[in-house]
Amino acid sequence: MALQEVFQEISAADFFYRNRDIAGFTNPTRAIYSTIRELVENSLDACETKQIPPEIYLRISHESGATDGPGVYRVRIEDNGIGIPHDIIPSAFGQVLFGSKYKLRQTRGTFGLGGKMAILYGQITTHGTATIMSSTGPTKIHQYDLIIDIQKNKPTVLKHKTHPNENRWHGAIIEFSTEADYTRAMSKILDYLMETAIVAPYATLTYVDPRGRLYRFDRVTTQMPKPPEETLPHPHGVDVETLKRLIELTNERTLVGFMRTHFHRVGRTIATSFLQQVNLPTRKNPKKLTPEEIVTLVNGMKNYKFLAPDASCLSPLGEELLEAGIKKELSPEFIAVYQRKPSAYAGFPFIVEVGIAYGGQIEAGGGIKLFRFANKIPLLFDEASDVSWKVVNTQVDWRHYKVTSDMPIAVFVHICSTKVPYKTVGKEFIADRPDVEREILNALREVARRLSLFLSKKIHIAHDKHRLDVFQKYLPKIALFSTKLAGKSKQPDVSPLLKSVLRYESEESEEDIEDA
Amino acid sequence: MPSRSINNIHYDLQTRQYILGDHYVRRSARNIRHVRPLTQLVWTGSFVDQLTSEGKTSTLRDVFYSAQAYEMSFADQAESDDIITDLETVIGHSREDFNVFPEERSAIFGDLTIQYTVRGYEGKQLNLASHPDGMMIGPALTNAEFADCNADKIIAIEKGGLFTRFIEERVHEKYKAILIHTAGQAPRATRSLIRRMSRELKLPCYIFCDADPWGMHIANVIISGSANAAHLRDLNTPDAKWCGVWASDIVDYKLPSDPLTDLDIKRLYELDKDPRYDGKLWKKEIASFLKNKRKAEQEAFSRYGLAYIVDKYLPAKLKEMS
Repeated sequence: MALQEVFQEISAADFFYRNRDIAGFTNPTRAIYSTIRELVENSLDACETKQIPPEIYLRISHESGATDGPGVYRVRIEDNGIGIPHDIIPSAFGQVLFGSKYKLRQTRGTFGLGGKMAILYGQITTHGTATIMSSTGPTKIHQYDLIIDIQKNKPTVLKHKTHPNENRWHGAIIEFSTEADYTRAMSKILDYLMETAIVAPYATLTYVDPRGRLYRFDRVTTQMPKPPEETLPHPHGVDVETLKRLIELTNERTLVGFMRTHFHRVGRTIATSFLQQVNLPTRKNPKKLTPEEIVTLVNGMKNYKFLAPDASCLSPLGEELLEAGIKKELSPEFIAVYQRKPSAYAGFPFIVEVGIAYGGQIEAGGGIKLFRFANKIPLLFDEASDVSWKVVNTQVDWRHYKVTSDMPIAVFVHICSTKVPYKTVGKEFIADRPDVEREILNALREVARRLSLFLSKKIHIAHDKHRLDVFQKYLPKIALFSTKLAGKSKQPDVSPLLKSVLRYESEESEEDIEDA
Repeated sequence: MPSRSINNIHYDLQTRQYILGDHYVRRSARNIRHVRPLTQLVWTGSFVDQLTSEGKTSTLRDVFYSAQAYEMSFADQAESDDIITDLETVIGHSREDFNVFPEERSAIFGDLTIQYTVRGYEGKQLNLASHPDGMMIGPALTNAEFADCNADKIIAIEKGGLFTRFIEERVHEKYKAILIHTAGQAPRATRSLIRRMSRELKLPCYIFCDADPWGMHIANVIISGSANAAHLRDLNTPDAKWCGVWASDIVDYKLPSDPLTDLDIKRLYELDKDPRYDGKLWKKEIASFLKNKRKAEQEAFSRYGLAYIVDKYLPAKLKEMS
């Protein structure tokens, strides 16, 4: 009897359940870190959409099992974001790949499954339900207790009830149990929260850890970056699959109209000129393109000189906020921040923002500390594979800026883009694309220049103090011994000389600067 | 003060010694790098001023420790020795003139009567043959006057063992010689004493050292002075003669010998370029060393019996050199 292979369709939820490594749920240590990260980022996004200064409360408590290894923990997060319309709450939390993130817009996550993956992981490790309470501001708060039907990729609502909303609260509360190795993940979670506080100085984060310890990161400003706008895809960033989908969707009857309606910064003139170059008739119906013509169109798009993407869809932090965030968490002695003008790689706009800080809570020794952020997310893993690490450690000649490895110096690099060029699906480090690399390097050179001015001033002050110390030690002795040697009894007064030491030195310092 | 840097040290044919050239250095209390050595120099000046006015002497090591009482500590003795050399350069006198002596180790023996000038011994006389171990060449002897001399030559010897042998074998009587033990490189006080005896008593001086580049250089420094003392005069004895042990003696006398080390050979090439080694004899012996690549100690003559060096070698050499 012939063997028969059984083909089986799997649901999206099933797919991610089987491939949970992709979403950062490799083991109980990484899983709790990813859970916290996804929940916090969803909450921040929910606030920023409407420029609500975020107020986020996070609690992890130990439920059962070991505390020095994998055990069961309960996670609760509350935010004051826009909330979720009650009728889509079950799908938003119980159906993988359902969400608002499949458009071209700068957001923190891009899987569209962050929060759901956390709930899914909790469910498969503890067999528990997830409780979601949310309101968008009207008179009722909706509560759902649900589980995900993994095979069908559908939520199963176990309980739905409403609570009165007297204070017109808006936001979301999510609570569920999950397996976690908290002890191992602790330091990364705390680093993550602190770095989030740096990159979101307008947010107040409160965290109660499993031992009841309170961590609080207070906002220092209510000013927030403008929310990102949605944008059309740029022709440079389009592939065959995307183009096919757009053709399916479109109502346009001509290629010119199709180009104008569905692509970023393409008008009639550009569309006509482009179609002439790829030898496609401008009036052709896009739905009648042959597969060969579609490929021609995509290849043509990559090579044609379209207008560079416009960065209005990006939401950078801004120099002021970046500075505020760094100051509030590290209180450095010196800080310089710089935002580059928008640039683009492969049709995706991006902006690089950098900061450099000296002293304060930054520890000395072991070289320059690097803090990496992408779309306002701190990146904590695989530092040495990141493009920023490469630029900081191999491309900037720090000696030129008077920086030595024993100084307490930290560098902050924030890249925001509609598509951050992550190197792997784990989304922990950014690929060394030449355009991105160049922008980081130029930005760092600017802040390093400012740092070097600060350092030379500091060196001069230290230098002056050292000189005064030396003269204070020796001039009185010269006076004493030369008086003795000359057989005199009255010593000359050296104090006027000491006063002139600094004046004299400052003249000399100026000379030094001119020399440099 | 005159610069003591290597490019300001020149060989002077007239005085047949190293002298300082025309470069001067300036130390200023306004300069951060100068203020410490300048303070040390002023302190050293006031210290030796007190020393001389009280008629006391001190040693280089003493100066190093005394400084600590004034919170003027030197990093190490090399630093304090260097400051003393600065003071010598500034005032143009050697440190013995301001009562600072090295650790004494050199000795003298022979029929020479000296008269002390040091405080407490003024006018007292002493014959330098009165103690069979020899007399230590210290401050008192360096400053003494020569009262009476029955010797007609000076013999300077590198090694202490040989110096004692010479006394035992009564070389001072047989050859009417004043014997000097240099104990390696002759201290300045000893070099100065040899010069004075050579000038004031008109005594020729013969020098015997080991047959290696280092021994040869002991003789050369007595004759031509050292680069380190280029700022000072009257320490060399240009007419003194190097009598052995020569490289050619190793062959001629079939002495037990050792191969030259790489360091020895390197040193020979250095000396070959040194203007103090311009003489015919020096060039011939350097060539001989480099040819045979052997070296020998003075004691090597003992293979022919203890008295051989005194009875056979010494008279032959004295005859050859005078």
